[in-house]
Amino acid sequence: MTVSSPAHSSETPGVVLRGDFNHRDHRLFDGLELTVQAGEWTCLLGPSGVGKSTLLRLLAGLDTGGNFQGTIVADDSKPMQNRIAYMGQSDLLAPWLDVLDNVQLGARLRGDSPDTARAHRLIARVGLTDHVSKRPATLSGGMRQRVALARALMEDRPFVLLDEPFAALDAKTRAEMQELAAELLAGRTVLLVTHDPSEAARLGHHIRIMTEQGLCAYPTPESPPIRPYDAPETIETQIALMNQLRSQANA
Amino acid sequence: MRKGVDLIMAFGIAIAVWQMIVWLTGVPHFILPDPVRVWQAFISNFELLYDHAQITFAEVLAGLLIGSLLGMMTALHLMISPAARRLLLPVLVFSQAVPVFALAPILTLWLGYGIWSKIVMAVLIIYFPVTSNFYDGLRRTDPGLLDLAKTMGATEMTILLRLRVPAALPSLGSGLRLAAVYAPIGAVIGEWVGSSHGLGYLMLLASGRAKIDLMFASLFVLAIFTVILHALVGRFAKRLTDWSG
Repeated sequence: MTVSSPAHSSETPGVVLRGDFNHRDHRLFDGLELTVQAGEWTCLLGPSGVGKSTLLRLLAGLDTGGNFQGTIVADDSKPMQNRIAYMGQSDLLAPWLDVLDNVQLGARLRGDSPDTARAHRLIARVGLTDHVSKRPATLSGGMRQRVALARALMEDRPFVLLDEPFAALDAKTRAEMQELAAELLAGRTVLLVTHDPSEAARLGHHIRIMTEQGLCAYPTPESPPIRPYDAPETIETQIALMNQLRSQANA
Repeated sequence: MRKGVDLIMAFGIAIAVWQMIVWLTGVPHFILPDPVRVWQAFISNFELLYDHAQITFAEVLAGLLIGSLLGMMTALHLMISPAARRLLLPVLVFSQAVPVFALAPILTLWLGYGIWSKIVMAVLIIYFPVTSNFYDGLRRTDPGLLDLAKTMGATEMTILLRLRVPAALPSLGSGLRLAAVYAPIGAVIGEWVGSSHGLGYLMLLASGRAKIDLMFASLFVLAIFTVILHALVGRFAKRLTDWSG
């Protein structure tokens, strides 16, 4: 695997979230501490409704509809605002804009003049040069997520928050997107929320399982990500993770 | 092409049914004229119809333009201003409980017999559909896209202009298509209540003089104009939103 992204590790900060969260009168989590390691991928697994996406939205500074009491502190003590890039489960492409303008959406929304040459380079890196002036409706699901990835890269932020971005893709496309994302986001501080143990086993430098009791760390294979999907240690981790999730669900 | 053929077929069948009814019932022509008689009335009164149609078309187009612009501006204002939502929205909804037709005599009283009372009538009748369709579209922007925009450091104004407005264009298109059909109704009602020009006036006049064939001819001119206007507005709306498929 070639790491063509600049190495951000040295200057990329990590972030730690500590606190309690209430949604209406329901306590979603209590005294929780989530560390997202600098320049690495942290994968967050857990059952639906446990608050994974809420954690991600808190880090992104988005509305959660609840009450968070606690702190979100980056290693360099600077605010998180305007330092995160976000990718969701749906590609969130604007259907009226072509691929190029979708990649440049951030600049358009900030009223800046976009760096079109850079946008073209990123579109080339996700392999969509031939589709640069196409609208999203004419692209496949995998291509659309690649546009979304290029758009996230265009923002060039140290923190990248991924909320199940590959969940809706078919197995082959998902594996390809995982490889592309691992390559292009290398060196950034990434938090990936996922339901898929195999995804966490392939991509995670760190794996955290979130339950109603809180967060627990789960050991990752020794080899660095991204791991081949068919490597024995990937498969072992995937199975062990699955067992862990099931035993917790039954507990 | 297929659509055009279907349209001509449908029109042909309607004319044939109409002719059949006249033959079978033997209804006198001053109650229901046959298609040929209406066509003859159209040809022999062409100049008269043309003069009156011009007035009505002008009223409809002016009403459509002004009403659409006012509706769009209101929807944007409702979107921007919480105070407008609190104060204006209930009034807008309540105003729909007032039958617009009942306002026609008042408008004629205030604005006279000229074209303005008819334009305002058309404006009133299309203002609400345009406003509510566009406003609904503005509110229904994909929340995920709005979240993304916030993480990108977008301002409320750029979110409105560069995300909400383009995302709402299909809804605005629906509102404008409705407006294209409603505007002629508004103008003609205005003409019925009080006027000395326009197709609505000509219809009343023809009816009063038992010239039912001329009344039907006026009605057809109006109907064909409305169909063409609807098609043109539809094409414009489609061009606005060619991405929505």
